[in-house]
Amino acid sequence: MSVENKSSAALQALASILVSAMIGIAIYGAFIWAPNEKTMGFLQRIFYFHAASGQVMILAFSIVFIGNVCYLLRRKPEWDWLATSAVEVGLVFNTISLVTGPIWAKPAWGIWWDWDARLTSTFVLWILYIAYLLLRRLIENPERRAVVSSVFGVFAFLDVPLVYFSIWWWRTQHPPPLIFKPGGLSPEMLKVFMFTMASLSALMVIMIWQRYKLESLRHTVEELKIEAEYRNDGGAR
Amino acid sequence: MNSHAKSVGLTRATASVFAKELRVEFRSFEILTSTIIFALIVVFVFSFAFNPSAADSRRFGAGFIWIALLFASALMLQPSFTRERTNDTIAALVLAPIDPFAIIAGKLFANFFFLVLVELVLLPAFSVLYNVPLLGIIGPLSGVMLLGTFGIATVGTVFAAISSQARMRELLLPLLLLPALVPLLIACTGATMGLLAESPELPISWLAVMACFDLVFFTAAWLFGGYLLEE
Repeated sequence: MSVENKSSAALQALASILVSAMIGIAIYGAFIWAPNEKTMGFLQRIFYFHAASGQVMILAFSIVFIGNVCYLLRRKPEWDWLATSAVEVGLVFNTISLVTGPIWAKPAWGIWWDWDARLTSTFVLWILYIAYLLLRRLIENPERRAVVSSVFGVFAFLDVPLVYFSIWWWRTQHPPPLIFKPGGLSPEMLKVFMFTMASLSALMVIMIWQRYKLESLRHTVEELKIEAEYRNDGGAR
Repeated sequence: MNSHAKSVGLTRATASVFAKELRVEFRSFEILTSTIIFALIVVFVFSFAFNPSAADSRRFGAGFIWIALLFASALMLQPSFTRERTNDTIAALVLAPIDPFAIIAGKLFANFFFLVLVELVLLPAFSVLYNVPLLGIIGPLSGVMLLGTFGIATVGTVFAAISSQARMRELLLPLLLLPALVPLLIACTGATMGLLAESPELPISWLAVMACFDLVFFTAAWLFGGYLLEE
């Protein structure tokens, strides 16, 4: 047991160092190595972290959806731990993309915010998943909490494409993704973007992993508490 | 979800739950009267906040109607599960040998019916108070209202089942419901705005969004709603 714990701790430490190094290289790539963009200049460099956070957010919320559906079908608490860990991590990246967006938009568009499809749907996502966390806090029984929040999570995730397309028809100003189109990004820019995305995804994985372990430890503590109470009762009798 | 749990057909069970909801409500009219009054108050208060001219009413009227309905439904849908909990009648419903989705579906159709009754009072009142004639567009407008209301009732009933299991449920339901209904609100106001214009036209793309919303969430309610009623 302790040998296993030690090797797992070593693996975690190694993974954390690796991800930190990747983030460091991504920062160097985004702010120093990549060429300046023609019209927006230095300002465009925020894009590497902004767009990558948006993508990683979608990845994390997809993991939430998978966790929710698998929990409802299989009823293993592990799926619920995965879902709740991924919601919290997804919200971090969601917040990053919501904060970096206006920082870029103010100088580029002249306004902080616009009710455009991507912005608004990111914002709606943020509210929906905060509501998800709030809902979890307001239900005591762990099994009820898992079932109820899983159903809510499924509904929230199904809402995402509907929100996006309805607002897209309503109005849109966000620059359409140019990443993979010819003439969109220079090869260096594309390299930096892909690397940033890879390192933020790795960061997401490591954060979900840690959060999942915490949730599993909480579960163990709860079980030990119940066991101890049971034993005390037995002793009294 | 066991096979013996479906000894009564889904349609019949849904109809019985629907009839039971109506019977309970028509004994007291508590929910309907308070919801109708609330919706009227919202539409009434808008006129003080915006002081709209006839042209403004045509432009913003769609928003007034749908916001009034959304807020009213966030209030109205809550009791559909909480009033079962006070006497624990939900346990009796869950124990009945029926598909648990029948309980959700029966309540969903009952809520849909109640909301349509609210609209039957709200729309004429809006038409008179804001000087917007609605009689000429009554056909397409009822189509839009029915599609939109069905979406509100579907997501609203499932979310009422969700929030009824949490603490602070009265506060929680609007928090869950309003952001989830954003796409429906956009489509409903878009379609209604087109109908209220000087030369009314029905935007088909908005109708498609509404139908899509209804279909997606009714299917999701059918697939996953029953889990909410496990004891």
